[in-house]
Amino acid sequence: MASDQVTLLDLWASPFGMRVRLALAEKGVKYEYSEQDLMNKGALLLQMNPVHKKIPVLVHNGKPVCESLIIVQYIDEVWKDKAPFLPSDPYQRAQSRFWADFVDKKIYDFGRKIWMEKGEDQEAAKKGFIDSLKLLEGELGDKPYFGGETIGYVDIALVPFYTWFYAYETIGNFSIEAECPKLIGYCKRCLKKETVSKSLEDPKKVYDFVVMLRKKYGIE
Amino acid sequence: MAEVKLYGFWPSPYSHRIIWALKLKGVEYEYIEEDLSNKSESLLKYNPVYKKTPVLVHGDKPIAESLVILEYIEETWPENPLLPKDPYERAMARFWIQYGVDTVAALRAFYHGSGEELEKAATELLESLKILEEQGLGDKKFFGGESMNLVDISYGALGYWLAAVEEVKGVKVLEPSTLPRLHAWAKNLDELPVVKENIPASDKMMAYFTAAMNRPAKN
Repeated sequence: MASDQVTLLDLWASPFGMRVRLALAEKGVKYEYSEQDLMNKGALLLQMNPVHKKIPVLVHNGKPVCESLIIVQYIDEVWKDKAPFLPSDPYQRAQSRFWADFVDKKIYDFGRKIWMEKGEDQEAAKKGFIDSLKLLEGELGDKPYFGGETIGYVDIALVPFYTWFYAYETIGNFSIEAECPKLIGYCKRCLKKETVSKSLEDPKKVYDFVVMLRKKYGIE
Repeated sequence: MAEVKLYGFWPSPYSHRIIWALKLKGVEYEYIEEDLSNKSESLLKYNPVYKKTPVLVHGDKPIAESLVILEYIEETWPENPLLPKDPYERAMARFWIQYGVDTVAALRAFYHGSGEELEKAATELLESLKILEEQGLGDKKFFGGESMNLVDISYGALGYWLAAVEEVKGVKVLEPSTLPRLHAWAKNLDELPVVKENIPASDKMMAYFTAAMNRPAKN
């Protein structure tokens, strides 16, 4: 709709923000990108997300939607005439929701521990992370994408985390590809799509960002 | 219509949520009690990822994770809708449901805590619930307006369950003096027949909590 005003409050390195960028790209929605300084939160962010004060926030015609997966579902429901993210069958939809929730529960938390923890805690996080990726590989099976022939809800939930894998591997001193070659093959296949490659950040830049965060938190 | 089975655990509000939703939709189902200390083959088959209850099995197709199950029930039996139709209102409803997921840590800390930890947990829980009351519920009777919806269902534990925990702990968090609107909401919810008739007796729950709290925290 030509009269739609869409703004995304985001942080460039955030995988949650990348989910929304990818969703908007898949639907071909034009929007204004607004980089936020999370160390010095602006009035707009605090007004649009008073409860959590976090990004991403999608502002659609002045009204804010918060929480990345909720935003992705909202985008799917509003711009429903193109590239549906969720299947039409309720059982398949439930499976998609289950696995997207799994990504939220497992991939983010374990990934975070890999770069924030050391010693045994880090080792446990690496194991949990790999075990979770293997479960995802099982769910992917022989399909090109979790959504089947096209990118869907689970793909949008998961693939942005690929941009953080290089940081996890370097800091955690392990190879994700050696353990989960199928999952990495899948991520590279996704990146061949223009909507994905233009929505995801460069892993090396993300790594520099994580190094900066570790210094800031005094982790060394 | 294919048969519906619910694998549940009687003291768990996560299981109660599913019962209320099925009842509100008028869905016939078979309830199967799980002994979580001795999980059945069926549970392990139907929920291999988390091995937890509740699990809904429709025909032979399993769905796990209570919030995923609730959305499935809403879509499969669309009569008596439990989510708004408007995409923005739906997003707001889902936001507040998700806020409840974030509050669970505070509830768990309150449930397991004692002494100083319990006091700290009570304070944090109160802060969390204040935001819910002010920005989520506002002046509405239910989160769903005049009648309960999925948001109310997702917060059901704040009524009967929290009251039983408060009784056992000897510490109150949800009171008319501190959270007047939320307290009134909880009372209204517990009076609805679908909730009132589908929760365990409070003395049975308190006995369960007392025993569980005296065991070292596991999960």
